[in-house]
Order: sequence, then structure tokens, then C-alpha cells
Amino acid sequence: MPDPVGLRKSILVAAFLLLFIFSGLSFYRSRHLKEPLVAGEGVLEVKKLSHYFPGLKGSINDANVYVLGHRAKGSTGGAALILGGSHPEEPAGRLAAWLIVENALVEDGRIFVIPTANPSASTATRLGGAYPPDYTIDTPWGRQTFRQGDRWSNPLDQWPDPEVYIHYPSRQQLAYMDIRNQNRTWPGRPNGTLTEKTCYAMTRLILSEKIDLVIDLHEAELQYPVISTIVAHQKGEDLAAMASMMISGEEGFNIGVEYSPVALRGLSHREIGDHTPAIPLLLETPEPFLDATRGKTDRELLLTGRDEFVMKAGRHGLLFEKLDEKGWPIDVRVGRHLSSIIQIFRVWSELNPDRAIVMENVPRYSEVIARGTGYYLKNPAESPTGRLFFE
Amino acid sequence: MATLITFLYYLLVAFFAVGFIWNFRKSRNWQDEALYLIVLLPFLLRLFRLK
Repeated sequence: MPDPVGLRKSILVAAFLLLFIFSGLSFYRSRHLKEPLVAGEGVLEVKKLSHYFPGLKGSINDANVYVLGHRAKGSTGGAALILGGSHPEEPAGRLAAWLIVENALVEDGRIFVIPTANPSASTATRLGGAYPPDYTIDTPWGRQTFRQGDRWSNPLDQWPDPEVYIHYPSRQQLAYMDIRNQNRTWPGRPNGTLTEKTCYAMTRLILSEKIDLVIDLHEAELQYPVISTIVAHQKGEDLAAMASMMISGEEGFNIGVEYSPVALRGLSHREIGDHTPAIPLLLETPEPFLDATRGKTDRELLLTGRDEFVMKAGRHGLLFEKLDEKGWPIDVRVGRHLSSIIQIFRVWSELNPDRAIVMENVPRYSEVIARGTGYYLKNPAESPTGRLFFE
Repeated sequence: MATLITFLYYLLVAFFAVGFIWNFRKSRNWQDEALYLIVLLPFLLRLFRLK
């Protein structure tokens, strides 16, 4: 006669092991998913962030920096830095930066692109948020999978959080978890947390490469008033206003301009402008996936931006951006970012011909909508030797 | 300081994980046994740096 207690415990342990192995594998695969990126013809070299601040070497946030330029002209003209994935849960920013690295040709100036500005945050999802671990974009050659990511650095990489986060150097008190928020830790510091060190490395990049323009790509929930807009430091108000008019007039969508609040510290559009000669601009597109009143939080919502509960919030006047049955598809959001960048460079170059940044072969809003984001993603299997990188 | 706190934290997690396993072995009530294992799961995921 078998021991009934022993048998019961064995069954419970077996069920536990099954659950542990299944969940552990899922989390492990999500954290270590390799995303292939094919460096396009415009990429002259690929550096690491630790090139600018050795304190990041060996850490998960030693991100890839893709340097685009014109081979023959060298480093004439101006320089821009494009940041995707400061908040990886806002995928249009990463995808727009991805398409620029894979497709852009630079006729004048240099463009530095960091598609995953906070790699640590791309390896976790929102605790209690029921996020999918990843999402997939259809392409002509198959499907490419990207990590979903979160707004904050992974607690496995930066822990513990303080009771209150005191921003450096302003000493402004912010929410405790924002010590892991890359858009609250600018300009960073060399002896700070991982997220602060990452911002410090990017500040060093901006200074040493004489960056003129920094464009930080984001997305926002529709219940947040800063949406469908360019957030500009006071140094970039004219540039942003002119770009906004050009976008609204030529690209087929409207985008507003917000001014960076002087009293709110740690954000890229505030601190980069205050601590470096560069002009920082932050772009926001609508992402219903982030709204608190959303329904099922799945890949479909992430990619279609269609949600009946957020729409209902809109009918009650609670949204700052329209939402209908069409939703906010990822192609619309990626296209808006790309056209905005194209127009910002155009206006910048007209205002500063000696520091021009001329970028070609990047799809515009109407093209991304017509063909889809995946159409412009390169097939890693056909990548030329030495041009395949992983994010 | 953060490194020291993190080290102590992992020691704490390991301590509680061992405690849950110990209690699971000692328990004779199936509901308590299931509860110990369910609570153990996030501790192990953290200890192995999976989540």
C-alpha cells in the first residue's frame, strides 16, 4: 500500500516543477530573445555606448550605437542622435529607429541611432500588467519578433529602488520607481545607478560627437494630455513649430508642439537642452495599449491600437486624442515618427545650412501605411557579411 | 551599498525558499502543501534571476 501523503506530495511537486520550468523558460526566453538588425548601406560603423563611458562596459545597457553618414564626405555637416526604446513598451519608437538604421542613406551630416536606448527595460514586462512577452511584425520574407519591454529598467539589473527617488543634479523628488525610468534620469551621472549611467554615457556621446539635435521617440496613452506632439526644449521651439507646420501641411497628419516644462526634471527634452549644446525634441504617438482602461492586453491590441474600452472612455470625453474602430495601427504610429524626423531634419537643414543633416531612403508616413512596417525590415538571412547585429 | 543590500536580499529570498520547502515537507494538510509551493514559485524565479 503506497503512502498516500507521500504520493500526494509527489504529485504536488511534479505539478510545481512543471509550472516552474514552464514559467522559468518563458521568462528566460523573453529576456534573452535576440533581435536581428541588418545595418544598411548608410551605416559607417557600430559602436558601443561604453565607447563614450567605459563604466557601462560589460553591463546589459552597453547598447549598440549605429553611426550613419556619407562615406566620401566624412563628418561634414551637422549631427543628430535618434533614441528608440528609452521606453521599450512604446514599440513605434524602436521600430522607427530600426527602419532608419536598415534603410537610411545620409547625404550630409551624421546620424547616430540607438534603437534600444534602455536594453534592460526591453527584457522585462510590466509587473501585474499582463503584457505579452513579445510581438511579431509580418515581412515579405517571414516574421520578425521583438521583445515587448517595459517603461522601467529590469529590477534584475537595478535594485533596490529607494523610498523616494531624488533626481541628480536638481535634487527634485520623484516617484521611487522612476529611478529606473530612462526618461527621468537625464543627464545621468557616472557613479549612479545603471539607468543613470546609461544616460550619462549618452550625454557624453552628445558632447563628444558635437550632436546638434536629439530626437527621443516615444508613445503615450490617450488619457495623457501630452500626445501626438513634439515636446521641445526652449532652444528648439522655433524648429519644432516649423516642423509641426510642415508635417501638418505635407505629411497627411497633424502634430502639435508642447514646451518642455522647466520645473519637471530628468526628462530628455529638459536635461539634454540644459546640460549640452544640443536641441532635444521628444516625439509622442498614440498607443492605446498603455491606457489604464484598456481591455485584454495582448499583441493584437499592441499592434492594432484598437480597444472598445478605451473607445468608451473617449465617448465620455476622457481622451486627449481621437480613437475609433480603426484604432492606432503600428504602421500609422511608425510612419508618424519617420515623417516627423524627415521634416525636422529638413527644417533644421534649411535653418542651419552649414550644419545640414540630409537623410534619404527612409519611408514616409503614407508609404509605411501603404506597405506596412515589415516591408522595410531587412531579411537577416540575406545580410551581407559583417552587417548583421543583434539588439 | 546597493550591492550589499542586493546580496542580503538574495540571502533573504533563499532563507524563505528553504523555509517553504521545509514547511512543505513537514505539512500533512494538502491545502497547506499546495500553498507553500505556490508561494515558493516567485521566490525561486527571483533566486535564479528569471523574473
